Amino acid sequence: MKELENSRRTFLLNSARAVGLAALGGLVWSAYVDEIVASSLTLRPPGALAEEDFLKTCIKCGMCVEACPFDTLTLAKPGDNRPLGTPYFVPREVPCYMCPQIPCVPVCPTNALSEALVSSNGKLDIAKAQMGVAVVDSQNCIAFWGIQCDACYRACPLLGHAITIEYTKNERTGKHAFMKPIVHADICTGCGLCEKACVTEKASIFVLPREVALGKAGDYYIKGWDKNDEKRLENATSEITKTEISKQKAIDSLNDMKGLLDD
Amino acid sequence: MSLSRRDFLKSSAAASAAAAIGMNVPSNLSAAAQSAESGWRWDKAACRFCGTGCGIMMATKDGKIVAVKGDPAAPVNRGLNCIKGYFNAKIMYGADRLKQPLLRMNDKGEFDKKGDFKPVSWQRAFDEMEIHIKKALKASGPEGVGVFASGQYTVMEGYAAQKMMKGGFRSNAFDPNARHCMASAVVGFYQTFGIDEPSGCYDDIELTDTVVTWGSNMAEMHPILWSRVTDRKLSNPEKVKVINMSTYRHRTSDLADIEIIFTPNTDLALWNYIAHEIVFNHPEAIDWDFIKRHIIFTAGPVNIGYGMRREGEKSLASGKYDAKEMEIVQKEMKTIVSEREAPALAPYGYKAGDEMKHTAGTLNHWEISFEEYKKSLEPYTLDYVAKISKGNPDEDIEEFKEKLKTLASYYIEKDRKVVSFWTMGMNQHTRGTWVNTLAYNVHFLLNKQAKPGSGAFSLTGQPSACGTAREVGTFTHRLPADMMVANPAHRKIVENKWNIPEGTINGVGKQHIMAIHRGIEDGLVKFAWVNVCNPYQDSASAKHWIKAAREMDNFIVTSDGYPGISAKVSDLILPSAMIYEKWGAYGNAERRTQHWRQQVLPVGDAMSDIWQWVELSKRFKVKDVWGEWAPSGPRKEALPSVIEKAKAMGYTEDTTMYEILFANETARSYKLDQNDPIQKGYDNTEGYGDSRRVVGSDGKVFDGYGFFIQKYLFEEYAAFTRGHGHDLAPFDVYHKVRGLKWPVVDGKETQWRFNAQYDPYAAKAVKEAGTDNSHAFYGTLAKALPSGNLSGVTDKEKKPLKNKAKIFARPYMDPPEMPDNEYPVWLSTGRVLEHWHSGTMTMRVPELYRAVPEALCYMHPKDADTYGVKQGELCWVESRRGRVKARVETRGRNRPSRGLVFVPWFDESVFINKVCLDATCPMSKQTDYKKCAVKIYKA
Repeated sequence: MKELENSRRTFLLNSARAVGLAALGGLVWSAYVDEIVASSLTLRPPGALAEEDFLKTCIKCGMCVEACPFDTLTLAKPGDNRPLGTPYFVPREVPCYMCPQIPCVPVCPTNALSEALVSSNGKLDIAKAQMGVAVVDSQNCIAFWGIQCDACYRACPLLGHAITIEYTKNERTGKHAFMKPIVHADICTGCGLCEKACVTEKASIFVLPREVALGKAGDYYIKGWDKNDEKRLENATSEITKTEISKQKAIDSLNDMKGLLDD
Repeated sequence: MSLSRRDFLKSSAAASAAAAIGMNVPSNLSAAAQSAESGWRWDKAACRFCGTGCGIMMATKDGKIVAVKGDPAAPVNRGLNCIKGYFNAKIMYGADRLKQPLLRMNDKGEFDKKGDFKPVSWQRAFDEMEIHIKKALKASGPEGVGVFASGQYTVMEGYAAQKMMKGGFRSNAFDPNARHCMASAVVGFYQTFGIDEPSGCYDDIELTDTVVTWGSNMAEMHPILWSRVTDRKLSNPEKVKVINMSTYRHRTSDLADIEIIFTPNTDLALWNYIAHEIVFNHPEAIDWDFIKRHIIFTAGPVNIGYGMRREGEKSLASGKYDAKEMEIVQKEMKTIVSEREAPALAPYGYKAGDEMKHTAGTLNHWEISFEEYKKSLEPYTLDYVAKISKGNPDEDIEEFKEKLKTLASYYIEKDRKVVSFWTMGMNQHTRGTWVNTLAYNVHFLLNKQAKPGSGAFSLTGQPSACGTAREVGTFTHRLPADMMVANPAHRKIVENKWNIPEGTINGVGKQHIMAIHRGIEDGLVKFAWVNVCNPYQDSASAKHWIKAAREMDNFIVTSDGYPGISAKVSDLILPSAMIYEKWGAYGNAERRTQHWRQQVLPVGDAMSDIWQWVELSKRFKVKDVWGEWAPSGPRKEALPSVIEKAKAMGYTEDTTMYEILFANETARSYKLDQNDPIQKGYDNTEGYGDSRRVVGSDGKVFDGYGFFIQKYLFEEYAAFTRGHGHDLAPFDVYHKVRGLKWPVVDGKETQWRFNAQYDPYAAKAVKEAGTDNSHAFYGTLAKALPSGNLSGVTDKEKKPLKNKAKIFARPYMDPPEMPDNEYPVWLSTGRVLEHWHSGTMTMRVPELYRAVPEALCYMHPKDADTYGVKQGELCWVESRRGRVKARVETRGRNRPSRGLVFVPWFDESVFINKVCLDATCPMSKQTDYKKCAVKIYKA
């Protein structure tokens, strides 16, 4: 059975590679334009460079796919609506199991998957991965209804860190508590084990690429109650601000008396 | 007291009064009336799964259940569910539902033990059952006919099975999977209170200040109750304390103020430590007035073995256990007292290195003085207990000691209410009965038992372990309503009610679950029928029982909805109606009985367990079963013929058990009536037959018994309970309310038993005794005792102890198998929230399967390094009995300390019970699934 699966996998891999190479043979990146538009929702293997750099660097060799012991990764085929031949995964089907050895990354010949991005203190550390981030649809997550679920929490490899449970009183019943999953985006790796485990018909917790899912607070305000937040100061620079009202030079607006003396 | 009284009134205004009869007119009755317009019908039911007993509503459309909702009127769950309950609508519709009887046959169509399963008619199925039961009766007498019964039977089907087994076949080889689940709690109740089942109720959660979980992962196993504990914690985070006592870290620790990780089996020492703290260091905390009025002190023998096979048993003698297995089994006969247990055993006259000769487990005990009890506690100093019980090798011993001191201080603190909850950790234990009684000790010393917000509270695992297994008495030794087969007066009461000759019921009830398995292996039990359980997946030392079933001359039948391991191991499989395909009732852990109606027709040709039992009863006549039976198995005397007495009662030799036990005059007085609001518009397959036109056991279309058999069975059973402290309400009442906590007296349910303020039976007992006692522990079992000291009886004269409960002197002892050089790691097994027991239902719900598709081996990351295995990769888990492959999980929901691994048992492809040891509590006969020794290596 395992052999059969292996040969099936090799076949799929090879055909995807062939397509990738054929596309490469066309030489023009523009051939990818359509797929690139769709790729904003594509989840990449751990250690992947930022999408734009990743697409420039990945040679679609499939080494990472071959190294993955869980068959999580696949190479995009025509019709997948993703840049052809590039590796990606769909967590609801097969999530990333966050192997501590991260076998998919060191095999990458071009550093499109960068060991540096998944290392701390010079050692591979899968917890550093930023494949995406889990998002909860609190309308349809049944824990927000009061159902005792938390399947995502228990499935999380960084349980208690990437997902924690928020306890609140259920005033309707008067004697039960809500136990709501809360994702901590700074820790969540986007492995998707939560999405896979979610018991609603369509997952109510799901992984999106970080740039799609996350907002960004500017570095001109630091949380006064959070020492760690000062890290954001590292890149902080002063900027000239410009709005409708300030776009003119001061002297010009001072000299512009229009309307001021009207009745 | 006044405070708790006020608390009680406040909470009960919402919780209990609302549930009282008549107050809570179910919306489902009006909902049913609207059904025609909306296209679906809502009706109330109980959740299929755990002992919490959540109320649900089922939506039926086009003859199928299409949806479920939590019942907002149900006091337990107020409309909520856990994710198993959330999927109740899907559990009956797995693609591989069994739809017709299947028999192992050869090409000629004959039964063949080596043949493959092929479909047969119901008639053929019953023909084969009849042939093989008769063969078994001939070979071994009634003891040769066994049934693996269930805590998931409906009340009525458990009662039907019991009638046919004990009244018909005269066999007590009838024991439920609840043996594996609750037996230690039961013996604990009997020994302490003289009567089974908890004194408290779930309202304790809202009323308590302290929740201590002992060997109970409530967060995953009783999620709805846990959400109530969480709510209680949120309501007063400073005052309310939660302490989690466990042998490994699990999700219940999330909410806990203190987590105490202890070495397996040392809960015995920890309970005694708390008692030691009370008696030696805080004697002022003892409520002597309460103790003198209500409590006596007792002791019993300690050299009682570990419930394993004993020397001379056939399969041991014939070498079916290899040398490796025998290393442990021989400890059943004798052990050497270890350094660890020596201090605890010193008051009993043992020292390290002594040989302890074990005799078979006994329930015997005798009264001792308080001074003797105090002597038994002397060894449990903080230093000793911390030394043997610290379960995390990486934890600082001083920190651990601080935690123990704080734990004891919460119990001791005056006016602090404390509930101790436990489940399998304390029940699945080779000293399970002991540790259960040790819990009551502490609560009794402090007068914190059977009071609102305070008490030691055994949580039930199964949905009707209480309602059916225990209350109906589907155990080898029990009869309904706390009566015992060993008691001639009880047998007589039951024989009278059943209208069967005096002397019919077999008085030897010793064939508990493991004795049935072992009896099959020894060749004593020749026929076994599996009902609503999965004994070939859920019993430890599984290889032995599977081999015995497949390779010996016997006939195994499994009734099931799905093809699980037990069905696979069988010779005949009967497709069974599942829960909402039949009328039924369950009883939960707080004594709440809940009924439901048949919602839909069964799939295929599946039929209910009641029907299967009743059809089988048609095949056996007075002359087949009521003659004399020679001594057999545990029964050393002949069982006399009652045929002549039967004739004197008006039966003939050819009267069938069907006519006597099930279709008698009383039964026929329960009419089917579509004008009855309870029955109106609902199917009753057993009563009327149904539109499937199933061809039944006689080769003709089954068109019903013509009477309301479920109501008959319930009412006949309930009659045993009424007037004896177990009082159930009338059948019809349960169809109007969201369950009631028995005893139901004058239409009112009972929240705290034995407490004269709340329990009419206790009030009556106190009045009769002419005292002003607060409590009456009115159970009647073992309520006259000889007296003596820790070493034995010194005065054989039995003194009565009416209305009193017992505190037991019971020591810490080592379990029979502990980690050593060759098998260096503890193995504990258990459940996960997503799956129910052996997974036959939940592994077929796609969402639950996807959430947790396989059982993992949870271990500490350093252990993984030590044993050369890696996160996410496969490892072998091997014991002296067998090995399984499982995937290593070092960062999951369960976080064992170094030295212990946890593997859930729901997954038939990670068959962990091949690894587990079938040692049991020698008193309760409940298997200890929580500890054995294994080694871990790369697969």
